[in-house]
Amino acid sequence: MGERYEICLSGSGGQGLILAGIILAEAAGVHEKKHVAQSQSYGPEARGGASKAEVVISDEEIDYPMATRLDLLLAMNQKSSDSFYFDLKPEGTLVVDSTFVTQTPTTKAIRIPFTELARKELGKEMVANIIALGALATLTKVVSLKALEAAVLARVPKGTEELNRKALQLGSKAAKRILKEREPEAILGHGPNHEDTPYE
Amino acid sequence: MGKKGKKKPRLLQGNEAIVEGALAAGCSFFAGYPITPASEISEILAYRLPQVGGTFIQMEDEIASIGAVIGASLAGAKSMTATSGPGFSLMQENLGFACVAEVPCVIVNVMRGGPSTGLPTNPSQGDVMQSRWGTHGDHPIIVLAPSSVHDSFEVTVKAFNFSERYRTPVIVLSDEVVAHTRETVMLPEPDEVEVLDRIKPTMPPEWYIPYEDTSRGVPPMGIFGDGYRYHVTGLIHDIRGFPTARADEIEPFMKRIHRKISQHFHDIQIVKHFLTEDAEVLVIAYGSVARSAKRAVLDAREMGVKAGLLQLVTLYPFPRTDVVEAIRNMRVVLVPEMNMGQISREVKRVNEGMSRVATLNRIDGGMITPQQIYEWLIKE
Repeated sequence: MGERYEICLSGSGGQGLILAGIILAEAAGVHEKKHVAQSQSYGPEARGGASKAEVVISDEEIDYPMATRLDLLLAMNQKSSDSFYFDLKPEGTLVVDSTFVTQTPTTKAIRIPFTELARKELGKEMVANIIALGALATLTKVVSLKALEAAVLARVPKGTEELNRKALQLGSKAAKRILKEREPEAILGHGPNHEDTPYE
Repeated sequence: MGKKGKKKPRLLQGNEAIVEGALAAGCSFFAGYPITPASEISEILAYRLPQVGGTFIQMEDEIASIGAVIGASLAGAKSMTATSGPGFSLMQENLGFACVAEVPCVIVNVMRGGPSTGLPTNPSQGDVMQSRWGTHGDHPIIVLAPSSVHDSFEVTVKAFNFSERYRTPVIVLSDEVVAHTRETVMLPEPDEVEVLDRIKPTMPPEWYIPYEDTSRGVPPMGIFGDGYRYHVTGLIHDIRGFPTARADEIEPFMKRIHRKISQHFHDIQIVKHFLTEDAEVLVIAYGSVARSAKRAVLDAREMGVKAGLLQLVTLYPFPRTDVVEAIRNMRVVLVPEMNMGQISREVKRVNEGMSRVATLNRIDGGMITPQQIYEWLIKE
């Protein structure tokens, strides 16, 4: 990983994106001992409205704590996919929840129906964020699944550990399927064609 | 060191670090009313204070909150409240009371967009002048601005120490970005933190003269319930604490409460230098903007611009000596702020024509980015 890796988890309020950001930051910062900064922006509403969490991971101390050019964008609804895609580096990775994102700005986008998976496989929509984390870690190796699991279990309410563990595995499995279908380099954007325009 | 190496870093928010700092400094009383973006401080202290034998009260509003804080402090507890702009406005009257009655207390104001209810979830630095002059009358005050999670811890400890040592309210002026950003930090162990307590009277209670001048300008503080009886009032009072209208008592009192701060400027005024030794272009910043500035300075250096950063931790009393020293040989000074220009006015005031002072203001609810400062720096 380079010096500074910037991630944005975006969607609408109530999808658990800020919690996902905290968990990701804890996995990288506390369990993998990297420098992290996690910030967020959200509206005054309790639910609905735009919500995003940003995580900056670096080998060095982080001065500016917010993301400027994203390496990885998770969009859990159409609006955030449309608006934050332009913050993504040309070689960055876009992952969308295809339950809500029907139009992707690039064909390189990785489409996984996180919310639908949560609803159908686990019976609880609220773990869509954890499924997404499992997928992100598997796709980009930004944190190890082991660190991620430790961070998840430390943050979720007692009694939901098994559910969340399953959610992580579900996300990871979905990502592995994608990795099998495509060249990993095409997803990570570091492959030989990374200078091609993403605006296909 | 071996012990330190084993310690695990923790992922904390600025607000959480303020709580840790308060507890490390010995805070045992908190009264407040929740408000974004300061709510986490109340939320966590409600849970943590009872664990250490302290008291947490959620009051009916911010006026009552600071009232309770003043009362608790008079009874001997290190006390704190936390709020944001709208609540801070409500606290101004009692803040003046704490200044005049010389009651130590810490008031955290996590700045959000204003005026009025403004932008609850957006960062701003619009309350700088309010923190200095929000309460009426000539009064001394100490205002400290953290810029990171670790800073939030350190500054809060300092705030308690200053308030106890100088018997004055101290304002911790955080902002939404500092408050809500989470970072991994290694906080010091309790025995590594310097904690200062107020000086208590040692004479027999019947000899105690509560507002008698001392060389430090800070009279020892009797604790209610310890037998040191005295009168506490917001009226200008004589050395025994009773209201006075005598000019020969008013002036010494007013001069003393200013002197107790001004003769300790060297202790209170904290600034941080970053690449200023050989700089030709200087950025003066505070709070979260100082972090953008740091990045911008580094990037500008890579382009061959000799840039430096002077970060103000103490905003008031305004660190005039440090600022004058730093800007004397600069070609130009930039003061980026998330307001229409508040600290920049102070910089211009002390500049007296030595250098050119420019401003960079952002008031759209967004954070000043390194890019904005960088672009300005390389143009200069």
